[in-house]
Amino acid sequence: MRTIREIHTGLKKKEFSCFELVKDFLQNAKEKDKRLNSFLHFSDELALQQATAADHLIANESEICWLTGVPFGIKDVIITKGVPTTAASKILEGFIPPYDSKVYENLLAVKGVLLGKNNCDEFAMGASTENSAYQPTKNPYDLSRVPGGSSGGSAAAVAASLVPFSLGTDTGGSIRQPASFCNVVGLKPTYGRVSRYGLIPMGNSLDQAGPITRTVEDAALVLNIIAGYDPKDATSVKKDLPDFSKALGKDIKDLKFGIPKEYLTEGIDPKIKAVFLAATKIIENLGGVLEEISLPRSEQAVPVYYLVMSSEVSTNLARYDSIRFGKSRVHFGAEAKRRIMLGTYSLSSGYYDAYYLKAAKVRRLIFEDFQKAFSQVDFIIGPTSPVLPFKFGEKINDPLQMYLCDIFTVPQNLAGVPAISIPGGFVDGLPVGLQISANHFQEEKLLSAAFAFEQATDFHKREPEGF
Amino acid sequence: MSELNIEQVKKIAKLANLELSEEQLGKFTTQLTKVIDYNVEQLAKANTDNIEPLLNVSGLTNSTRNDQTQPGLTQEQVLQNSDETHNGFFKVKQILDQS
Repeated sequence: MRTIREIHTGLKKKEFSCFELVKDFLQNAKEKDKRLNSFLHFSDELALQQATAADHLIANESEICWLTGVPFGIKDVIITKGVPTTAASKILEGFIPPYDSKVYENLLAVKGVLLGKNNCDEFAMGASTENSAYQPTKNPYDLSRVPGGSSGGSAAAVAASLVPFSLGTDTGGSIRQPASFCNVVGLKPTYGRVSRYGLIPMGNSLDQAGPITRTVEDAALVLNIIAGYDPKDATSVKKDLPDFSKALGKDIKDLKFGIPKEYLTEGIDPKIKAVFLAATKIIENLGGVLEEISLPRSEQAVPVYYLVMSSEVSTNLARYDSIRFGKSRVHFGAEAKRRIMLGTYSLSSGYYDAYYLKAAKVRRLIFEDFQKAFSQVDFIIGPTSPVLPFKFGEKINDPLQMYLCDIFTVPQNLAGVPAISIPGGFVDGLPVGLQISANHFQEEKLLSAAFAFEQATDFHKREPEGF
Repeated sequence: MSELNIEQVKKIAKLANLELSEEQLGKFTTQLTKVIDYNVEQLAKANTDNIEPLLNVSGLTNSTRNDQTQPGLTQEQVLQNSDETHNGFFKVKQILDQS
């Protein structure tokens, strides 16, 4: 059972009970996760209780929601009442949240089933999940390679079919890049589309929770449940909530796909470039119109991101003072400390203008670059990652090298626009993601285009060997 | 060129409330210098004369609610994750002088 659709159909037809399904999923996930380490915690007892509640609902209702009775994972930076939440840090070892995040609350309301908490980089900081204070997660397509980050556990679990979906978070690419590395779908919604209430904050002007799934349809089904205005999140936006899955199936004839000329330069692996160009041919065959555009400030996106994000991180991680919760700050990992230091420095007196404020000004220019581009084209496309899934240890000692992995994904967080990574091909058996972005609150359009590409290809159907 | 020295890094660590070993201080001095230099060099390429900083991508301002109490966490829930509590309070280090 790989997808939400398959599980929902089986439950509705009473081919199996939710209890039986969840028991099987737990057994399968625990066995396979010995090789992957994608889960930090399995919530067995709770899952079976939730399954029983789902069975009760299914027996009594003629119509059930797509996600009723469906098991899922949640990245461990999203809080779940009564279920250990660590943000993959030693600081929160033993921490039990006293309340639910909005996204989890919404999934519970439709009787979804929490299988467990997925591993990630500590406090969501990293591009490989190697910064987890507990364990590195392995890429199911090649166990000697990283699954990407920071939502690496979520992406690996979904790719290996341990769960049909997991919720990740994306601040600079942390849903999309691991989705690309693991041959799955990862959607970062528009900033403000999904409530951040209960998301352990990293970069609060950048963070968004989103689905990691096997198919574009499943991403739409999950977005339906987690999106929406939340009065508890002052940055969530009041916007009509359509049924995102109804947008799928439209063709992309005559829609314009912009390729930023700044993207296909020397920094990108030529094999990835080749896969991307092949993907653009598929888009053309489907009737899409390719157009060269410019995002002039592309080169500044990573520096802007690292100054703005680390400044926000230094503030957001100040709460870990071991008074109300958590262990002392000496337990932060190296990357967390590094970013706190970078942010503190950027905000400090004498440097604030030249670093943080300058970065925030260039951020406005990047925002305007996107507005200008979307006045010319419907979508912006590119490879999700400039590098293939790399080997463990390859980048961990050079922070700058690791930061440059985010080059194609940080701009969308800076501008707040929605973006999705979908399976786009392979290089020597390693997954390559195709990234599509649209303008603010255009998730319907975005999912529709992603679906059209997906249905014309077989990449998403490939399974990692041995899972 | 920012060329941070170890004294500056010690000061930043104090502001950030982080205790760093000598080895960590040395490593961070090198790494921070490298990242900041790269960032500043890149940012200088963008002309930001008369540009307002962008702090909020959604354009929302002052999302407020009515000033009415609403249910929240219980005292027990709030205290449950702390190691140091006393009579329903969080215990902290002494900050006021006895005299």
